Amino acid sequence: MAAPVRIAQLSCGPEYSGVQNEINEAAKSVGAEIFFPDVTLADIRRDFAELGLDVASPDLRLAIARAKALVEGRIEADAVFITTCFRCAEAAIVRNELRRYIHENSRLPVVSYSFTERTTAGTLLTRMEALTTIARRRALLARERQEGLTLGIDSGSSTTKAVVMQENHVLGSGWLPTVEVVGSAEEAVREALRQSGVAMGGIEAIGTTGYGRFLVGKHFDADLIQEELTVNSKGAVYLAEHQHGAATVIDIGGMDNKAISVHDGIPGTFTMGGICAGASGRFLEMTAKRLGVDIRELGPLALKGESKRVPMNSYCIVFGTQSLVNALAAGSSPADVAAAACHSVAEQVFEQQLQEVDIKEPVIMVGGTSLIEGLVHAMGQLLNVDILVPPRSQFIGAVGSALLASGFIGGK
Amino acid sequence: MAKIFIYPTTSLILSDMVERFGHEALGSALGIRERLQTGGFDSPPLQITPDEPKKGLRWAAVEVPSGVRGRMAILGPLIEQAEAAIIIEDADLAFGCMGCARTNELLKYIVRHRGIPVLDLMYPRSESEGEKFVAAIRDFLKSLPGGR
Repeated sequence: MAAPVRIAQLSCGPEYSGVQNEINEAAKSVGAEIFFPDVTLADIRRDFAELGLDVASPDLRLAIARAKALVEGRIEADAVFITTCFRCAEAAIVRNELRRYIHENSRLPVVSYSFTERTTAGTLLTRMEALTTIARRRALLARERQEGLTLGIDSGSSTTKAVVMQENHVLGSGWLPTVEVVGSAEEAVREALRQSGVAMGGIEAIGTTGYGRFLVGKHFDADLIQEELTVNSKGAVYLAEHQHGAATVIDIGGMDNKAISVHDGIPGTFTMGGICAGASGRFLEMTAKRLGVDIRELGPLALKGESKRVPMNSYCIVFGTQSLVNALAAGSSPADVAAAACHSVAEQVFEQQLQEVDIKEPVIMVGGTSLIEGLVHAMGQLLNVDILVPPRSQFIGAVGSALLASGFIGGK
Repeated sequence: MAKIFIYPTTSLILSDMVERFGHEALGSALGIRERLQTGGFDSPPLQITPDEPKKGLRWAAVEVPSGVRGRMAILGPLIEQAEAAIIIEDADLAFGCMGCARTNELLKYIVRHRGIPVLDLMYPRSESEGEKFVAAIRDFLKSLPGGR
């Protein structure tokens, strides 16, 4: 049995919030263990003063000393998890600065999270799994070329995608709404195989990712079952033909959003979820429905409108829809409403999530929502960069899975 | 004998002094060690569950971080029992230390609003200050009912 991946925890408050066990459980379920870096009182006095972040809470000073011990190599770890109470401003500053400090001064993958007493192991699972994957599968994640004949399946919360790849080319793909998890995957795979002109028996390796990855992976006896943070990062830089150096990947999904700082195709720091449905792809689906247009028409429609003419910035999908209905009732044009909806989603992702990763160009937008031009345009305006949307951007998870699965051909 | 709430609650030295002068110390009976291998300075020896932050709603509203409310669920009842309190400001980490500054602010506020006798002292930084510090604590404890 492989040695557990050692995740160093830098934190303030999880024990008194009653969630330390949930953190431990999440790590344990992905073959990792949480540990608290061992530092002395003398280390804390010195390191806290050296970093120059003058915080009052002793546990945050302890976190600073632990971060310095990790960066300076006095304590070894495979990954870092920084976590503090939700709604604590002092802790938020420390959490952000330590994440940046560790990311800039070490190769340790790091993720930060603010918890409440309602945080469960399930909420933390994908983040812990990603930290473990980065630590354990660095060689696999370094793969830049797809080989053989492989199948990748991305079982997402809104849609299921499948691609068949052969010798670094996509032969065929399937994309449909997720209804019944396994049934939708079967249908997407059937379509991908049909377009490819190959039979299931010819597939040499299978990879799965997304919310339904375990169920679908078991059903198809997949060689690789991997969370979407590392897989999507790989798929994004592969399709964008930017596998070397820094990049930022933004994936606004149906249920949660991901923002990932990538280096050489491997996530260094990332954030996932964290906003209400008003900042998700689901809100854009609802907007399209209310405007009576197909979701594919929403992007071009938004480009014709002016977002500033319609006030809309709600985290909540219900209040967001209310703003939308009010605007239409007040005579706003569908184009302006579409533009405002795109701007609202982009602005909230920008404010809530992109502050937690370092934005480095190219900024690559992926996932189904990257096909909504109005959303890409709004994000580009907010970040003041040209956003890169790679070809087949909606298939990054499936392509990443097919690419990484080729590392398993012939039991490699 | 009086029940004395001590701050920092983790100070074994303060707890010991209170007991020596015939009173009961209300604190968390945790020593701060030179090496820290636990999650925080005052990591709880008891199992805290997500119910504690909910119990803490008695002292702090829901918008207050869960870590503050969880601590209040443990320390709030101690303050309610207290007949007097000793508050040491700016203490050295080794003297006793509580991890969350926001909880500390709230704790001290609640203590001061109980209307019980409170001794406020700065942590001593020299030997002569140390002597005055011990004498002040001794005099305060002796002045309380049951003090010896």
